[in-house]
Amino acid sequence: MIPANFTYHKASSLKDAIALAESLGEEAKYMSGGHSLLPMMKLRFATPEHIIDISKIQGLSFIKEEGDLLKIGAMTTQTEMEYSDLLRSKYPIFGDAIKLTADPSVRNVGTLGGNIAHGDAANDQPALMLAMRATVIAEGVDGQKSIPIDEFFHGFYMTALEPTDILVEIHIPKASKHSGGAYHKVERKVGDYATAGVAVYVELDDDGVCREIGIALTNVSAVPMRVDRAEELLRGKKITDDLIGQAGVFASEDCEPTSDLRGSEAYKRSLVDTITKRMLNKALERARQ
Amino acid sequence: MFKCKTSAEVGGMGHSVKRKEDARFLHGKGNYVDDVKLPGMLTMVMVRSPYAYAKIKSINKEKALAIPGVLAVITGEDLAQYNLHWMPTLLSDTQMVLPTDTVMHQAQEVCAVIATDRYIAVDGAEAVDVQYEPMDPIVDPFKALDKDAPLLRPDKEDQKDNQIYHWERGDRAKTDEVIANADVVVKERIHLPRIHVASIETCGCVASYDKDTEKLVVYLTTQAPHAIRTVVALVAGHVGLSEEKIRIISPDIGGGFGGKVPVYPAYVVAIAATFLIGKPVKWIEDRSENLVNGFARDYHMDCELAATKDGKIQAFKVSTLADHGYTDSSANPSKYPTGMFSICTGSYDYEHAFAELDAVYTNKAPGGVAYRCSFRVTEAVHAIERMVDKLAAKIGKDPALLRLENFIKKEQFPYSSPLGWSYDSGDYEATLKKAMDMLGYDDYKKEQAQKRKEGKLMGIGISTFTEVVGAGPSKDFDILGIAMFDSAEIRVHPTGKALARFGTKSQGQGHETTYAQILAEELGIPYTDIEIDEGDTDTAPYGLGTYASRSTPTAGAAAAIAARKLRDKGKKIAAYLLEVSEEDIEWEVGKYFVKGAPEKSKTIQEVVFAAYTNIPPGMEPGFEATHYYDPPNLTFPNGAYICVVEVEKETGAIDVKRFVAIDDCGNIINPMIVEGQVHGGLTQGIAPAMYEGIEYDDEGNVLNGTFMDYLVPTAVESPHWETGHTITPSPHHPLGAKGVAESPTVGAPPAIANAIIDALAPLGIEHLDIPITPAKVWEAIQAHS
Amino acid sequence: MKHEITLTINGQSVTAEVDSRLLLVHFIRENLDLTGTHIGCDTSNCGACTILLNGKSVKSCTYLAVRADGAEITTIEGIAAEGTNHPIQQGFHDQHGLHCGFCTPGMIMRSIDLLNNNPNPTEEEIRWGISGNLCRCTGYNNIVKSIRQAAEEMQKEKETTV
Repeated sequence: MIPANFTYHKASSLKDAIALAESLGEEAKYMSGGHSLLPMMKLRFATPEHIIDISKIQGLSFIKEEGDLLKIGAMTTQTEMEYSDLLRSKYPIFGDAIKLTADPSVRNVGTLGGNIAHGDAANDQPALMLAMRATVIAEGVDGQKSIPIDEFFHGFYMTALEPTDILVEIHIPKASKHSGGAYHKVERKVGDYATAGVAVYVELDDDGVCREIGIALTNVSAVPMRVDRAEELLRGKKITDDLIGQAGVFASEDCEPTSDLRGSEAYKRSLVDTITKRMLNKALERARQ
Repeated sequence: MFKCKTSAEVGGMGHSVKRKEDARFLHGKGNYVDDVKLPGMLTMVMVRSPYAYAKIKSINKEKALAIPGVLAVITGEDLAQYNLHWMPTLLSDTQMVLPTDTVMHQAQEVCAVIATDRYIAVDGAEAVDVQYEPMDPIVDPFKALDKDAPLLRPDKEDQKDNQIYHWERGDRAKTDEVIANADVVVKERIHLPRIHVASIETCGCVASYDKDTEKLVVYLTTQAPHAIRTVVALVAGHVGLSEEKIRIISPDIGGGFGGKVPVYPAYVVAIAATFLIGKPVKWIEDRSENLVNGFARDYHMDCELAATKDGKIQAFKVSTLADHGYTDSSANPSKYPTGMFSICTGSYDYEHAFAELDAVYTNKAPGGVAYRCSFRVTEAVHAIERMVDKLAAKIGKDPALLRLENFIKKEQFPYSSPLGWSYDSGDYEATLKKAMDMLGYDDYKKEQAQKRKEGKLMGIGISTFTEVVGAGPSKDFDILGIAMFDSAEIRVHPTGKALARFGTKSQGQGHETTYAQILAEELGIPYTDIEIDEGDTDTAPYGLGTYASRSTPTAGAAAAIAARKLRDKGKKIAAYLLEVSEEDIEWEVGKYFVKGAPEKSKTIQEVVFAAYTNIPPGMEPGFEATHYYDPPNLTFPNGAYICVVEVEKETGAIDVKRFVAIDDCGNIINPMIVEGQVHGGLTQGIAPAMYEGIEYDDEGNVLNGTFMDYLVPTAVESPHWETGHTITPSPHHPLGAKGVAESPTVGAPPAIANAIIDALAPLGIEHLDIPITPAKVWEAIQAHS
Repeated sequence: MKHEITLTINGQSVTAEVDSRLLLVHFIRENLDLTGTHIGCDTSNCGACTILLNGKSVKSCTYLAVRADGAEITTIEGIAAEGTNHPIQQGFHDQHGLHCGFCTPGMIMRSIDLLNNNPNPTEEEIRWGISGNLCRCTGYNNIVKSIRQAAEEMQKEKETTV
């Protein structure tokens, strides 16, 4: 399998990349890790005329807490996140997800930004971003913009990014004293895309009342989705087993899976129910530690 | 147990010497077909059909030929000019090399693009404009024989429907009678789905024809280079390719498993292309081409097992529908269209059995590959082992006990099976008991009882299989009429080092080590002093190749006997050197000595040197021997496998907790290699049991034609295998050895299936077809709650 | 369109002209004749094409050659001096971690990165660590043992050099 012909351009700066994209027009595509785009090009599902390589742009690979935010550079690889002491100690939800994403060699190249910007509901990071209420920072023709994650995913492989926009950074509210997250997906074998996946992020107040909650799903809808109904149910309450059970039911009812090689619609809904409950418990346990 | 006769330095049988072939692979110096680069070499890429069944209205080459670097587009019409557009299959059917009017399955080769480089060839293939008129395909084999089904092979004169053949063996009437009168009868329709060998190296070739010498050299991913040479001569003899001018070289092979036995159409096109163009042509399949062409299994088996109320088995009947795709290209021995399926009566002693099979055409890829299995043994073993478990469940007897009570006893060998095999040897009871001990069977039974009380799903599954390998005796076994012997040719050089050549071809089995060990055992020459060479038809003796676990049973035996011929010659030389009569000479490994005077001796090396330097008067000089071994019988390796699983009700997740495999393959040449073969076969057993299966939609499209969806197990899915052995030598093999590498692939799937179904038994679930995935388990649980 | 790239391969500097779409695996195999790096699946599932790119294991079938400009690449041919074995190669030989040898180079290159990140992995960690590399022959038991042996050997080497 070999990609169709295209012209490669190396961008040395964001400005350079955006100018290139603007001049090359719609047939140009950015490539960061390339592990989502290049396989599609090899299958000739994607045949861009120009590839703008943004992986050489400096300064887009970092993981840090600044003010009230956790900031991760878009070009940070999954491996860098996997081995980040900060993420391991304070944001173990990333470890949950990354261990189940593709395989170690792919994670050496695949980036956080690419995983999100591809707009694929089968990718794992979109659910995490939704659960943690991230903000996407993008750089475009008109300078920098912030896009709340709930406004980011528009459709099948479609996002709020303009063709000239580059996802540069992710901002996530910093972990508080009583917050915790967890992610799990059922996969047919290790490294597979999810049959169904659930990300949960919960923040409790000092009395154990749920101050904020995020529940989002992987690969059970055309667009990465949040389970609003389950979040509303739990927000502002002390989370009990009954409520967790009800949240699982809401998630399974609200998701929109289709039957395919990974299983029937009913099976996937059932998985969403089970995993949602399990991840709620796991996230709560972490929040209470 | 086996006692080594040689020292570790000599490294004869029973020594776990490290492999001689490793170094080149470890250092990236292996030489696989895609590594072959010849001057002026061109690349070929196939254009393939997007439809399962369609008329070809037109093929327009213009756009492709306009691409700089594209040299030719070869179509079926082009080949038809040379009468090369069809080829015979090994089972007297016919297969298109390239179609002239109709495509019969998705991804069938439609035409070939030849270019100066593979990137250009791929662009060329994209640019070929083929117009199709799609037709309704037959995807479901059960509909192939419907009255209104389209006739798929009108090209075959006698073909009035889509049935390829009917086959049967055994006494139908008597078997039916016993079943009708039995206390207990269990029935099930069992499907073994289409799977693919998915060796990590795909198939490919480099074909190179020299117009001056008229010599054709083909580097080919083949497990059977000699047979291929003969096939090429038969297919293309009429255009001037004569067998002495054809050289097939099978270099390092990146896994075969049966998938590299057939002749694929693209090989023939590449040969035609080099013949026409006069430059070397390389064709390397990509993974998706590989996965959708050439299949294994795909048997739908209606089974009935009859027994007394105490569980004494009385009769077994199985009626099978086999989906062969659009042609029967099974690479089976000619007289065995269903391979060795009649081994389906298993390891049990009873009198009556009947097996029948109808093979049909569908709009799917042909194949019938004997995937790590001696021709349909996997299907046979799955049928009987599932049914024995079903019987145990039905009468409420421990499946281990049921087996122990029904086994063929050690003293009954050689045992004539109800469908006509003569099992050579075995001690089934000892093998199963060893497996039960190693596992701690009774403890797991107790644990299971406890878990069931707690509402948890835990299962224990057993498979006690008998394999039939090492084809085979010439009276019954041939391919295209060529008897299925195999060969060894030994040359011992003056300095006592040796070169031995074989008609087989290793694809990872470790022949360069094990054959050297056989010769070390027989001649006392250290295995490190013996070079092994295979795969080049210009240098190796004729043989039928490596598949069906036949290398040790046939070529291994040939090596032993050729070595014994040398030993006899050496005895004469030793007698001459020691100035005694031949009768006074005795042999112990590596040395001839005078009876009663062991201090008077000559080493094998001294004797060999004399064969070149101090030849006894009247003796032919040199120290070389060849043997073509025609086995008197097949060998019947067997084993007892036990699997323990836990199943999670909510998600259907299956956790394989333990897997114990005890194999009996007779005497063992290299225990390390045998254990490695068993490990590998077990992972290829869990693969179809839980992960793999080629899926089609109603239009005949393959739904999982890449490794993204064809789920080859990784190290995470593959359990930590626990292995062991019992040793019951084969009485007829010169080394007492049997084949082994296929046993685990054959034996593991029913053990795993039985374990999962046992776990689900409390819910009333009696059977699931493989692959048993969590999704399938979850659906079954829903249906039973 | 052609691009000039300069990179280091197994310690040697190489400059070449490559097409935009040339895959790194083809550059390594066909332009540089280093055929120890194999192609098994085309979809970055099998890992037969694994190499080290700036010290990290990467599937070279899913990487453009032109992007490797300036990189340091190591292939199976470059991990040990001629005629010697890297401890991982030795482990695979001693523990019978290979049969047909086709996945072996990729498996070894992946293992180097694995042991760099985790010098003393458990069986479980090894299995997850090589989960992007398919082997169809060995059943993985002995590959795990091979990597364990190498880990112990490399730990010992480290202790003696410190």
